[in-house]
Amino acid sequence: MTPLDRPSAAEVAAAVRSGERSARSFIEESLTQIGRDEATLHCFNEITAEQALARAEEIDAAVAKGEDPGPLAGVPIALKDNLCTRGIATTCSSKILEGWLPPYDATVVQRLHQAGAISVGKTNLDEFAMGSSTENSAFGPSRNPWDTGRVPGGSSGGSAAAVAAGYVPLSLGSDTGGSIRQPAAFCGTVGLKPTYGLVSRFGLIAFASSLDQIGPFANTVADAALMLESIAGHDPRDSTSLPTQPSAYLAALGEGVEGLRVGVISDFLTDADATIEVAVRGAAEALCAGGATVEEVAIPELMNALAAYYLIAPAEASSNLSRYDGVRYGLRVDAPDVAKMNAATRQAGFGPEVKRRIMLGTYVLSAGYYDAYYAQAQRVRTLVAEAFNRAYAQFDVLIGPTTPTVAFPFGAKVDDPLAMYLSDLYTIPSNLAGHPAVSVPFALGEGAMPIGVQLLGPALGESVMLRAAQVVEAAQATGVRGPVAMSEGSAR
Amino acid sequence: MTEIAPGWELTVGLEVHCELQSATKLFCGCANAFGQTPNTNVCPVCLGLPGSLPVLNRTAVEFAMRIGLALNCHVEPSIFHRKNYFYPDMPKDYQVSQYDEPINLDGYIELPSGTRVGIERAHLEEDTGKTSHMGGGGRIHDADYSLVDYNRAGVPLVEIVSRPDITSPEDARAYVSELRSILVATGASDGRMEEGSLRVDANVSVRRSGTTELGTRCEVKNMNSLRSLGRAIEYEAARQIELLEDGGRVVQETRHWNENTGTTSSMRSKEEAFDYRYFPEPDLVSIAPSAEWVTAVREALPPMPSERRGKLLAAVRSASPDVDEHAIADQIVTVVDLGIDALVVAAIAAGADGRLALARGANEAASRPEDARALKVESFVELLHLESSGKLSATQAKSVLAAILESGATPAEAIAKLGFEGVDDAALAVIVDGIIGANPQEWQRFVEGDEKVAQFLLGQVMKQTKGQANGRVVAELLALRKGA
Amino acid sequence: MTAEFTPEEVRYVAALARLALTEEEVASYATQLTSVLGHIDTIRALDLEGVAPTSHAFALENVFREDEVIEGLDRDEVLAQAPAAEDGRFRVPSILGEAP
Ligand SMILES: [Mg+2]
Ligand SMILES: [Zn+2]
Repeated sequence: MTPLDRPSAAEVAAAVRSGERSARSFIEESLTQIGRDEATLHCFNEITAEQALARAEEIDAAVAKGEDPGPLAGVPIALKDNLCTRGIATTCSSKILEGWLPPYDATVVQRLHQAGAISVGKTNLDEFAMGSSTENSAFGPSRNPWDTGRVPGGSSGGSAAAVAAGYVPLSLGSDTGGSIRQPAAFCGTVGLKPTYGLVSRFGLIAFASSLDQIGPFANTVADAALMLESIAGHDPRDSTSLPTQPSAYLAALGEGVEGLRVGVISDFLTDADATIEVAVRGAAEALCAGGATVEEVAIPELMNALAAYYLIAPAEASSNLSRYDGVRYGLRVDAPDVAKMNAATRQAGFGPEVKRRIMLGTYVLSAGYYDAYYAQAQRVRTLVAEAFNRAYAQFDVLIGPTTPTVAFPFGAKVDDPLAMYLSDLYTIPSNLAGHPAVSVPFALGEGAMPIGVQLLGPALGESVMLRAAQVVEAAQATGVRGPVAMSEGSAR
Repeated sequence: MTEIAPGWELTVGLEVHCELQSATKLFCGCANAFGQTPNTNVCPVCLGLPGSLPVLNRTAVEFAMRIGLALNCHVEPSIFHRKNYFYPDMPKDYQVSQYDEPINLDGYIELPSGTRVGIERAHLEEDTGKTSHMGGGGRIHDADYSLVDYNRAGVPLVEIVSRPDITSPEDARAYVSELRSILVATGASDGRMEEGSLRVDANVSVRRSGTTELGTRCEVKNMNSLRSLGRAIEYEAARQIELLEDGGRVVQETRHWNENTGTTSSMRSKEEAFDYRYFPEPDLVSIAPSAEWVTAVREALPPMPSERRGKLLAAVRSASPDVDEHAIADQIVTVVDLGIDALVVAAIAAGADGRLALARGANEAASRPEDARALKVESFVELLHLESSGKLSATQAKSVLAAILESGATPAEAIAKLGFEGVDDAALAVIVDGIIGANPQEWQRFVEGDEKVAQFLLGQVMKQTKGQANGRVVAELLALRKGA
Repeated sequence: MTAEFTPEEVRYVAALARLALTEEEVASYATQLTSVLGHIDTIRALDLEGVAPTSHAFALENVFREDEVIEGLDRDEVLAQAPAAEDGRFRVPSILGEAP
């Protein structure tokens, strides 16, 4: 298979803004690609071709009038189906929201629209973003374009696969415990989780509110930086939105890593596949070659993060998902009284993983368990953040694997929740601390599947982190860079 | 301690939910308005639509601080929690409320009787929507189905939790009445119990006299007037005493006051378990009012009712030193409650009769409190002088006061319009002589000292003057003719 | 100490969470959640006395909105999404218990 040659988002926008090519032509190309592969890949819950073409014409008209339609003019994008889009079904891949039409747009959707980007559809995910494979989608899983017998990762699997398959150069996902970075690693794309509060959560359907953060998928670090610039920045509609303006992430790229202090998180290497450890060391060497000082660092506190996460996230989720009760929107299963109606609706509307997490979260918050579990998890969260901060006193950027393994085959972990949860081992600590992290495809591993290397930065350290990510990207193995042509059935 | 029944003492703690009069809801920009078309003041936030997020209303926080400071609480750094339970009037199926770190802690209220009731906390939370039960006479248990209106969902509330310092139904009523006056004085609430902007729940328990350990309490809900609060507490105390005297146990539960039957009944639905699973609301950040903000709010607070009652009493006492304080206590409370105390105090300072100013304030002015608050002090003083000097009868003075409150006229204009200038003293003397001549027997009895017949003679004069004669002048004329 | 999620607890929690689980689910959740709790239990054993809990990644304070009315949603659009509506309101089956 040869990698498909597709222009970057920056190139699309430049061509559209200069009038060299029409936005419509890019959208048509995107829709053609989707038409060819979507029956196999199932990246989308809904494709909004008509709206996309209409919007493309608006942008082309603006260009013709000499107006600037924005830094992402005409760039086809895909939106994870847990981002509210006015008048367009937003399902969270759950039966409980089937048919719901949000009466408003998420802040990120508004901002991307203003920047000239054009959404071609809503991408598949694990139901309510709970999962690491998209196998929990009520509408069937998405497939990994590198090997359709394997999962694309999750929960933002549809968004990752849509970029990897060359449908769109950019997409949005959300990351609560690794839901952008893990599928990015599995699909060989760049996936960025920004600092908590840098991107508004208004209109993101909540999974775990204190951990959720929206971020981009892209083929390149530069494109991810470009998209981040359009969506970052204070939003008065989100109380947890940081009172900061985004930096010029793109402009800072290319400055290299000369003099940067990089720490390799040794705790992340012990359980990872051997090929993955090799990849991380290779990436560290690339940084060293670029003039950074590289050292191993042990941060054992991070290894308690997973347990804390599987208390905090389900607890918040159990509360966030209470509103799906059959009263105001979405599914209702009739019953003689309201309590029975609630219970029948939720029983029918939620899939097994969502119910499992609601059960776990309800349990750990219930009387008698709060202190032993939830409060204890919050203390571990403090320890994780403090440990990171100590590390960041010594290092500018940390590096490690994104995942312990490459993309696994369908069905491998779906019946063993704990095994599935362990695939988020290296991504979860950044969510607990609220720090940014990015996964960059670096090498090929087992089954010639892509391996992602993760770069982690301190709060609002995106600029430096992305600079390092770009240096790693420049050293990546040939053949690991997407978009890829889809491979049928087995490994390439 | 007073007993509620022989051998039994009562303990009551009250939880009062007070709707704040902010322009918008607690976490969204929807209008906070009573009595609108259902589901017209709603948005993604207060409907709990997926993806929506709350943003705290600064004015609601300031109102909560006003209330806390007026209740002598400390304003503390605070956070919101989620209180999780399913109910169709709650759009998110959790209530955003304050739990173990509330904005106001540890205050008290001084009742007019001098009793002090502790305030444990006064915290911010959001209101729920409104359910209407259709069929089955509108009662919840018999209804076929229910309809939900979310206009009220998300309206800011301050919940004021008293300490269990209340030991009689009378004190419970006095507490709520005083609290209501304070809330109105802060400007944070309209204090309307009948519209539900003030809602009272009572935690009631009883114990054997002389024992110290509190009995098991029941929470009684759904009292919508001060009168029903008193009745509900009396009933509930009697129910618990009877239960205990029969060797039974009080079960801690929530009970519903039924106004029609005058009884409380259990609200528990058998299989329902409640475990609120409180945890810190991740979508909201902490409130940490600066010392400057707290000071500014404290300094901007108007004088509270107790202070104003003290001032008013002092004013009346200075003008009428021999006044019976016990007899005017209710008038003092009413005048302050209605905010007419400033008018009365100013009138007394300008030389009006203290007793008279208070009486006219508590009665005639009280029937039009809004107009009374806007009345010019000079007009009120002039009217009081006309009455106390005998130029107007009491009846006339009341009519003139009513007229000037209604029309905004001056006393002179109102007197002219009402025709009270017609009966001068000379004309009155002629009328009095006529009445004496026409009723010789009654006159004879009056001269012999039968004071009761004076009322008859006065009535005759009034009849002839169509009520416009000044009673005091008539009495003087009769006395003059009797030769006293 | 290993935590066990018993079937009784599963039923109690399902009632709190308003999930009409099947008996099969009760059994499988009891097993699966016991296994998950087994992992989570590692942190119950940690001595974290004196460590302050973190509920928010960053300790923001005093984020307010001014008290100004913003136009809300159109009622017909809102009610069009409702599973059942009547007379401008959301319709629900009978409510057996009063609000706590
Ligand atoms: Mg409350
Ligand atoms: Zn609203």
